[in-house]
Amino acid sequence: MPPRPKGPPARQQATVMLSRVAYSLYWMSRQIERAENMSRLLEVNLQFLLDFQGFDDAGLKEHWGSILASAGDEALFDTVHATADSRSVTDFLAFDLRNPRSILSCVFAARENARMIRDQISVEMWETINEMYLFLKDRSATDIWIAGPYEFFQHVKRHSHLFQGLTDATYPRSEGWEFIQFGKWIERADQTTRILDVKYHILLPQAADVGGAVDTAQWQAVLRSASASEAYHRFYVQEILPWKVAEFLIFSDSFPRSLHCCVLQVDELLRRIVGETSARARTEAARAARRLVTDLASLTIAEVLDQGLHEFLLEVQKSLERIGEEVVQTTMFYSAEFDPEEQQQQQQQ
Amino acid sequence: MSILSPNYDCGPFCDEMFASSGAVRPHYKRLAERLGTLPEADFHQRRAAIDLAFLRRGVTFTVYNNSEGTERIFPFDLIPRIIPASEWKRLEAGLVQRITALNLFVHDLYHEQKILKDKVVPAAQVLSARHFRREFMNFSVPRDIYVHICGTDLIRDDAGRYLVLEDNLRCPSGVSYMIENRAAMRRAFPNLFQSYGVRPVEGYADTLLKSLRYITPRPGDKPSVVLLTPGVYNSAYFEHTFLARQMGIPIVEGRDLVVRDSHVFMRTTAGLVPVDVIYRRIDDDFLDPSVFRPDSVLGVPGLVGAYRAGNVALANAIGTGVADDKVIYAYVPKIIKYYLDQEALLPNVNTYLASDPADRKFILENIAKLVVKSANEAGGYGMLIGPAATAAECAEFRTMVAAQPRNFIAQDPIKLSRSPTWCDGQLEGRHIDLRPYILTGEKTVVTPGGLTRVALRKGSLVVNSSQGGGSKDTWVLKGDE
Repeated sequence: MPPRPKGPPARQQATVMLSRVAYSLYWMSRQIERAENMSRLLEVNLQFLLDFQGFDDAGLKEHWGSILASAGDEALFDTVHATADSRSVTDFLAFDLRNPRSILSCVFAARENARMIRDQISVEMWETINEMYLFLKDRSATDIWIAGPYEFFQHVKRHSHLFQGLTDATYPRSEGWEFIQFGKWIERADQTTRILDVKYHILLPQAADVGGAVDTAQWQAVLRSASASEAYHRFYVQEILPWKVAEFLIFSDSFPRSLHCCVLQVDELLRRIVGETSARARTEAARAARRLVTDLASLTIAEVLDQGLHEFLLEVQKSLERIGEEVVQTTMFYSAEFDPEEQQQQQQQ
Repeated sequence: MSILSPNYDCGPFCDEMFASSGAVRPHYKRLAERLGTLPEADFHQRRAAIDLAFLRRGVTFTVYNNSEGTERIFPFDLIPRIIPASEWKRLEAGLVQRITALNLFVHDLYHEQKILKDKVVPAAQVLSARHFRREFMNFSVPRDIYVHICGTDLIRDDAGRYLVLEDNLRCPSGVSYMIENRAAMRRAFPNLFQSYGVRPVEGYADTLLKSLRYITPRPGDKPSVVLLTPGVYNSAYFEHTFLARQMGIPIVEGRDLVVRDSHVFMRTTAGLVPVDVIYRRIDDDFLDPSVFRPDSVLGVPGLVGAYRAGNVALANAIGTGVADDKVIYAYVPKIIKYYLDQEALLPNVNTYLASDPADRKFILENIAKLVVKSANEAGGYGMLIGPAATAAECAEFRTMVAAQPRNFIAQDPIKLSRSPTWCDGQLEGRHIDLRPYILTGEKTVVTPGGLTRVALRKGSLVVNSSQGGGSKDTWVLKGDE
């Protein structure tokens, strides 16, 4: 039913945010966080393989195969490359524009989103994304590979940190802020599940290696992939134990990349974005978020391992996806057949 | 070593900085002194810093028909174009006169058409104009203003006389460069600015917002103003975001707007919010697919209905394109005389109309000596510069002019004035033009300055950014030196 504005329509004096702008802010933020995580994951694993050169071809293939599997890009990879080795997987996950989740694709897309809404973000935020883009655009994958990809990953991570810091320092605490933060935390939660899932793939086959030097190094790599090495050691002090690493990255309530921390933020932002303030959640997204928060606050690592780490992580990923999707649908792609006044009242409830 | 070379050659042109005797013109004296003491290395350092700043800030435009790297910075030249106060005063008066008359003209065309009945402008020329919107006959726009934003292109001939080259009455672009260039120059030469007495251009956005608010259909209420862009792939997208940011208004695409019950709303995260005034940077043809081009995905279905119902205002109004047709341009001096009973303060370039039999004969016989332009193209496309063209190109245009005389005009080639410009390692004279921006709200205001475009290729007369042009900062002085 088309709206019937009675007299002059109600004026909204406060600043309004276009749905399209919210969508771009949300994705810009997700894409930057994703590029950073992918950089760290690749950097750590390339370094790991340098430290342990004993891998034969099959071992290498398995190592990279599990990373591809956790990134969720195996099928696409197989259409582009014949074998999974350091070079081909790095090419695919870092530089290949045919892969929509590659670092390059993410940064290019983030920059395109930022360009669309550059009147909405600070000059500092725009310049940081634009510099990141100009840096990547000017380099070929081959050049980066020859020079050693360390500098490349470093650059992406630094600029992501710079971007997030500048956002904190220059962006008003408005509705846009909520969308930026929501995008960042939901992506970070998703990436943490994937980083842990890599280890699940690596760990399973060779039970003999459990507890060995390689195994410890692999869990060390998992921690470093989540920038969690120092925090873990400060928390546990002891040596690296696989289940403690998993426990830390899933349940820590103080480490800002643990699933628990990320989901707490997602839940909080969701309350603000879709106006979920009552005790009983109204939207599917809010219900899913609250269920996740409860699980992460009450489950133990033993219960998770019983259920199966992989299955648990997949379940979390699915919940996160549903939450993101519903926020997009209700704030950005709603049907315009609503009565505007009625809809505003709904939002304010 | 100074970058001002004693071998600088003015050639047979009017040079902005040097008189024909080689002496520096009075209003350029202090700049010359500054450049004289500036080591060449410093000059390069400042140029490089500005280029980098433009790239980082994304002050870019998009080039069409170019598959690689479609985003470019607009080349910027560090030597400003300086206009003394007395000269500007004449320009300003001429521009206000011209826009005032053009507004009355467009209003008349869509109402009584007195000027056609009095046969001052032939009715056939107007009725055949591509951008004449007969469906808006007898439709009244808020406060009778049609052209809220105008960019008029001026050139100077070899005698230093200012001439009007064309009027841009639809969606003139480039104003963001006027403001960004000033910011860049201020960073490069902070001290020079303080002592020179350059009038600021930064008031533009403020005046624009006032003009836009002035036409709200609901006076008294705080108007909700938006800028409508074709989107991120438009060549002027940077400018759209720039202006929206300066004015603090939302920038919207067609898909952000919905029309319900002849009212326009924008889709926000908090639901639909009403819109009163739209500064549209989309041509008439693409505004509303249900009225104009059905294939347009840029526009808003129902927008024209809301406009007709008087619930939303558009700037510029629909139908102004009729007056920026290059055939109509030829009549502007008569239009000024007709409505204001004044002689045009700024003359036109001598123009021949291909639709006039005598003129057409002259054009076809002398095409190699003339500049031929199609009536409705912009951006330096669809034109022939006879003296620089090959025989084949001339022949091609001769055929087109003969086939569609209404679509072509020809003009005497003008020896555009030149300004010293840094090219190939030294300062050389390059041809320039000037686009000042005129805003009409409660009154008509010309921003003191404008966009000076420069043809960077040696000998070239085409200053368009899409054709190898660059730009300069334009200084209008408070005094005469």
